[in-house]
Amino acid sequence: MIISVASGKGGTGKTTVATNMASALGRGVRLLDCDVEEPNAHLFLNPVLGQAEEVTTFIPEIDDELCTGCKKCAEICRFRALAVVAGKVLVFPELCHSCGGCMEVCEEGAVLDGNRILGTVESGSAGNVLFSHGRLRVGEAMSPPLIEKVRSINENNGITIIDAPPGTSCPVIAAIKGADFVLMVTEPTPFGLHDLKLGVEAVKTLGIPCGLVINRSDIGDDGVREYAAKEDIPVLLEIPFDRKIAEAYSVGKLIIEVRPEWADKFRDLYNRIEILARC
Amino acid sequence: MKVAVTAKGVQLSDEVDPRFGRAPYILIVDTETMKFDAIDNNDNVNAFKGAGIQAATMISEKGAEVLLTGYCGPNAFKTVDAAGIKVVSDVTGTVEEAVAAFLAGPVEYSTGANAEGHW
Repeated sequence: MIISVASGKGGTGKTTVATNMASALGRGVRLLDCDVEEPNAHLFLNPVLGQAEEVTTFIPEIDDELCTGCKKCAEICRFRALAVVAGKVLVFPELCHSCGGCMEVCEEGAVLDGNRILGTVESGSAGNVLFSHGRLRVGEAMSPPLIEKVRSINENNGITIIDAPPGTSCPVIAAIKGADFVLMVTEPTPFGLHDLKLGVEAVKTLGIPCGLVINRSDIGDDGVREYAAKEDIPVLLEIPFDRKIAEAYSVGKLIIEVRPEWADKFRDLYNRIEILARC
Repeated sequence: MKVAVTAKGVQLSDEVDPRFGRAPYILIVDTETMKFDAIDNNDNVNAFKGAGIQAATMISEKGAEVLLTGYCGPNAFKTVDAAGIKVVSDVTGTVEEAVAAFLAGPVEYSTGANAEGHW
């Protein structure tokens, strides 16, 4: 069972929901923080992490001795990461999307298998929650390959919870595709609703069943609930704007640490997801 | 000597376009005869990425030794530099005026990019 916790809007409480659900379930569930640009689930869970593993991606390196300056590599590159001037190949690593086309078309074997560091992956555990996250190198534009690397860590008890990045573009898709269920976290405001619609559209495009958590549920307006009813998206949990919960968040604590009765609510949330994902 | 000048049109009387990679035309002017070849750069104007790299490759293939333009970004500069082309930035006026000013001197060649890269 793979559950991706997503949202259109940032700051709705994805990490809060993902970490509390993982912690409430415990017993070998794996939490993957795939918000690799700004991973922060570890701040709630305080896992003991092992050695950081560097993740790289292919970029061409040119062997000037073998290169004949034929330009085939530059011609096939649609991102213009290669240019041939004065008979020499110039490589612009930051433009490269690692397709490997240049290596494929070079008849001289002059395009070598170089690489660029995308970021790191760290794994460990927090109590009985298994934990992994990715950290994108600052300035790096390509996060999907790093997210896929984090997702490839799948040793667990059968339950994987993914903390996805906000938005609707490639990094989000990388964090939700192939999931059995997408749990959308939103807030009942015009901003939450606007971005929720975008997020739901992305999830529907991928054909994954989804449900909703409404955070800070007792403020704002009815727009989100009306939208959920109209689109037939089940509201699986509502988290009120509770001072104690807000205080816990402000010092990096889980809801279930300060309100133990919420552990049952998060386990129940998981049980309802399991039923919905099966039908 | 062949000089590449970024231009808004295809005539020597047209204005210099301050952009290098995304200028609509690049005129390759022979400074001895003032004969020129106008390269249509429109394919590059809407390029997703790497317009400067492509423009630099093109003027190198046309045999330009000097580039007269407004702004030259880091990737474009790296490419023209590798091609052995010298760059004069912050050029204004018509193409004709720009070439005349270059020939009259003194010429100050750029030592690096004078515009930010595009992300």
